[in-house]
Amino acid sequence: MSATPKSLAELRDLYGPHLNLAPPGGWDADLEPDKLVKTHCCFCGQQCGIQLKVKDNHVVGFEPWTDFPFNEGKLCPKGVKRYLQGNHPDRLTSALMRTEHGFAEVDWEAAMAHTVNEIERIQAQYGKDAFAMLSGVSLTNEKSYLAGKFARLGLGTKNLDYNGRLCMVSAGVGNKKAFGVDRAANAWVDIVGADVIWVTGANVAECAPITTDYIWRARDQGAKLIVVDPRITPLARTADLVLPLKPGSDCALTNGVLHLLHKWDFIDWKFINAHTTGIEAAIEEVRDCTPEWTSRLTGLPVAAIEKAARMWGEASTSFLLHARGIEHQSKGVENVLGCINMVLATGRIGRPNCGYATITGQGNGQGGREHGHKCDQLPGNRDIENPEHRKYICEVWNCTDEELPHKGLTAQEIMNAIHAGEIKGLLSLCFNPLVSLPDTEFTREALNKLEFYVNLDFFLSETAQHADVVLPAALHEEDEGTTTSTEGRVIRINKAVEPPGDARPDWEILVEIAQRLGKEKWFGHFTSPEAIFNELRVASKGGTADYFGITYQKIEQNMGVFWPCPSLDHPGTPRLFEGGKFFHPDGKAKFIPTSWRPPMEVVDDEFPVWLTTGRVVFQYLSGTQTRRIGFLVEQCPHPYLEIHPRLAAAHGIEEGDAVEITSRRGALVLPARLVKTIRPDTVFIPYHWPGELSANRLTARHLDPLSKIPEFKVSCVRIAKTAKDRFPAELAELQRMAFEARTDQADLPEQVF
Amino acid sequence: MVSDEHGFFIDPQRCIGCRACVGACAECGTHKGRPMIHLDDMDRMDSPQTVPTVCMHCEDPICAQVCPADAIKRTDDGVVHSSQKPRCIGCENCELACPFGVPIVFSGMEQMLKCDLCYDRTSEGLKPMCATVCPSQALLYVPKHQVLGMRRSKPVREFLVGALKVKTRTAVMVPDPDIPLHLDAASLIEGGF
Repeated sequence: MSATPKSLAELRDLYGPHLNLAPPGGWDADLEPDKLVKTHCCFCGQQCGIQLKVKDNHVVGFEPWTDFPFNEGKLCPKGVKRYLQGNHPDRLTSALMRTEHGFAEVDWEAAMAHTVNEIERIQAQYGKDAFAMLSGVSLTNEKSYLAGKFARLGLGTKNLDYNGRLCMVSAGVGNKKAFGVDRAANAWVDIVGADVIWVTGANVAECAPITTDYIWRARDQGAKLIVVDPRITPLARTADLVLPLKPGSDCALTNGVLHLLHKWDFIDWKFINAHTTGIEAAIEEVRDCTPEWTSRLTGLPVAAIEKAARMWGEASTSFLLHARGIEHQSKGVENVLGCINMVLATGRIGRPNCGYATITGQGNGQGGREHGHKCDQLPGNRDIENPEHRKYICEVWNCTDEELPHKGLTAQEIMNAIHAGEIKGLLSLCFNPLVSLPDTEFTREALNKLEFYVNLDFFLSETAQHADVVLPAALHEEDEGTTTSTEGRVIRINKAVEPPGDARPDWEILVEIAQRLGKEKWFGHFTSPEAIFNELRVASKGGTADYFGITYQKIEQNMGVFWPCPSLDHPGTPRLFEGGKFFHPDGKAKFIPTSWRPPMEVVDDEFPVWLTTGRVVFQYLSGTQTRRIGFLVEQCPHPYLEIHPRLAAAHGIEEGDAVEITSRRGALVLPARLVKTIRPDTVFIPYHWPGELSANRLTARHLDPLSKIPEFKVSCVRIAKTAKDRFPAELAELQRMAFEARTDQADLPEQVF
Repeated sequence: MVSDEHGFFIDPQRCIGCRACVGACAECGTHKGRPMIHLDDMDRMDSPQTVPTVCMHCEDPICAQVCPADAIKRTDDGVVHSSQKPRCIGCENCELACPFGVPIVFSGMEQMLKCDLCYDRTSEGLKPMCATVCPSQALLYVPKHQVLGMRRSKPVREFLVGALKVKTRTAVMVPDPDIPLHLDAASLIEGGF
């Protein structure tokens, strides 16, 4: 039912991706702005401050916001060119409904009426939970909160989850287990004063570019930098120690380091005895994790492991940063706990220049994981199965316990249930699972089975192409609200322009659907983002993520407020755990033993090469936004296979050759890029593209048992050189688009590859 | 007039190749989508090193010396400007002669444009656009007296190009030799860390 109408090529002609190359009216237009609007970048979790230039209700450019303390005007190329999403030829400005002939533009009333009828039909026929919702953490706090309430009370379904499930959820689970709270432990300023910085599974320069300067400022003051990654990333190029470990062996490394910290007496017993529990079991677990054992599992030299442990052990201050590299694994939570054990063992947390954080990936990766649009969560980072937590939220929401659903399925499990025919209807926003979930063909099969699918988006994403109804949503700069940055700083997103045509903010759309479903009493008062935020403040009160003392005015006066902020006179909390006070009932942090186990898939004779996937600095996540911006496509138009010259030579592969990469899920053909910066037993593909170019055609639906994060970072493949005429047609099209961006000419003079 | 207090420092060791500088340069009202910055991969197979090139603003600019139309001017604050449109004949002498490869003669314009230190911004006390946005601060615009205590790399303003000694307003930061350089994962695995 929900197969795509028309061919993919026809859809691309109509809805893109096309490129926007220039501001409204072109470069020769008068671009002198009417006003500058202070807001933040719409992309990653750094949430850089930026001023948007606005003229005649169009964003026409940007001006650095040098007073905003986190980035002081700095921006990555995505931030510089973000404004080109506005005034874009692909922009959805009216509702679309599927017909026999493709999508037809329809009036708002028709789209809404059909949507509400289908929701009611599916829920009447198959039960409330047969209609699911998928959401995303590029949404503001207000929309995240609303999504949680909308699914539970508007739709009455337990099956709501979010794409944070593909992001930092392993870190969230690990942090809650160890600290009793899920937030970066420090503001980034503590990075600068650290003696040693340990960066693991985080391509900081490309995925969190602004953090690079914090780390290099520390190094200029003499800090040592240790980078753990199967690839020598731009940050690692000049690190004091680089540990290019085998994909999936992170927990072995942290166990090996803890073993040496104990053996060499680098343990801070005074801190541990006063402020932690469980050290004995953690030490017992690593008793046999000798450097030789660690070396065998990680593929690193013994001396490098010993040097790392010594550098970490000898420091008096330190900061440990990790990201998706360790989290996107079937033991993502244990990898995170392994890092936390290293931090707790040395007692270096909760004081100046001593810190620990996951670097959140998505724009509101922090705030979006606090307000209840996870399947097991209620606002304030409360637990949906905790009777006291339910009771409090029932009071705030004015509903009964029976009206509040219990825990539902996680994102991948929702897709699995759709595939199995258990879930029949779907509403999604801010999520492009056809690019971002593992095992692409499985996801496509699942979407094709839906009886009804309504998608809210501003561009027709690859997933939206499968929808029955597409409701045009507002861009980041067309709405207001708050987000919470990777530091835990709650900041203001300001509206710069009005949405075009029938497009409207997601919160307005959800509120309208809820009202049409007869749930006026729970949603009718949401007349502005601030009205939603004020309910969020109350709903979060007393939870670990307490926003009660934060107001829009207070955020603007202080350039952001760090939660927890429990009262209006509270200044906020840039550094957690000061004085060794953690968030568990006993006030202590927990060491949790991390036993070694291999990834779900291990190289063998049939699939002898490790595959890992990730991002490039020029593209953002599933690329719905960045694959439409000329400058960014010009820099990185399509995926490629990063391969060490030694592995390439063994297969007769040269630069630019076509390589067929095959896993147990599928295969794709990509051009080879020979680089010495990757382990010779590992290849890398960036994942931002759809269809025949999707890296996730190769990845598996293996999940971490606790966080339910897919194991994007560890798969096994075989590679073979093939003929260049087997490159997908999409590759040539993307090369043509990049050439267009570079020259403003539409036709290639000659074949590029 | 640009204050003499501030200096422009290029610190390639910090460059992460993100091209935010290139993208931001193109946004300048006078550039109209054309970046004046070059950002080069050195040799991607052997290294992730990338190098940004902005104008070095030579004390005795070679581009101006070789200009047959006297179209390239250096103001008293040491900034070398784009060619003056009425004079420039688009002959590309400057493009060929510049030892740093900075000037660009744009096809269809028949005029040389180049990095002018964002004169519109720096003459009003702002940083150049590229140095403002640069995430890694490989492009650094700060008071000159601050830079020595700030970075482990050291500024150099004199260059030998063949037999020619070139003195520049912009400095290149020479890396601290004690900072290691890791280029091959295979050698790291095999003990060469």
